[in-house]
Amino acid sequence: MSQQMDYERMGGTLFLHLPPEIDHHSSQEIRERTEAYLQQGGIRQIVFDFSRTSFMDSSGIGAILGRYKRMREIGGRVAVCNADERIRRILRISGVDQLVPEWENRQ
Amino acid sequence: MERMSFEMESRSCNEQFARVVVAVFLSRLDPTVEELDDIKTAVSEAVTNCIIHGYEGREGIIRVEAAIEGNEATVRVIDKGIGILNVKQAMEPLYTSKPSEERSGMGFSFMEAFMDELTVESRPGEGTAVTMKKTIGRAKE
Repeated sequence: MSQQMDYERMGGTLFLHLPPEIDHHSSQEIRERTEAYLQQGGIRQIVFDFSRTSFMDSSGIGAILGRYKRMREIGGRVAVCNADERIRRILRISGVDQLVPEWENRQ
Repeated sequence: MERMSFEMESRSCNEQFARVVVAVFLSRLDPTVEELDDIKTAVSEAVTNCIIHGYEGREGIIRVEAAIEGNEATVRVIDKGIGILNVKQAMEPLYTSKPSEERSGMGFSFMEAFMDELTVESRPGEGTAVTMKKTIGRAKE
């Protein structure tokens, strides 16, 4: 079951427009599809776009941290954008907000 | 006391099903959106643990029970999987027995953070039961 996740590549940046709910089930797809994009080469930054997301559990945190480590290995970065109050709380409690900055401007 | 329970297969697509069913049942306590989100997150963590750790991806049955007594919600998530050898270690923040699978090790920490009370009973080879309680309505006081 794919929950409306889209990818958009702009130069060296890969935007992940995340699904409405991120749990263990949907985070497996995030991991696999992102890796397929990274294999194409040239991606220096991943931006997690939460504009459609209202639920995330610790599996989502695992997926973000996994991409963070992966990008660090290749000298790249990870950022988040459009997180609502709930998602921000999850990022704060897990400490991910200390590692992954807010992406402020898409342009 | 009002109760409900159901059993389901240990498949990842049932994580969403379980948290939504529990949230609908507990909505009769008139929780805030935040309280309901807290419960959904905790249920999701407990069910995910059954699938990944209890049954290690194999087939199995997960039992979910919920009860309402006054303004207190109780949720129990039970599996008949491999059990946990060292519950204290499993509950340590960031501890994971499966680092290669990109687990954050925050499952029990999230359950503790989002519920008022968390009890984990486990017997190796027999299974695990997680009991979580939360008083609803504090935000309105």
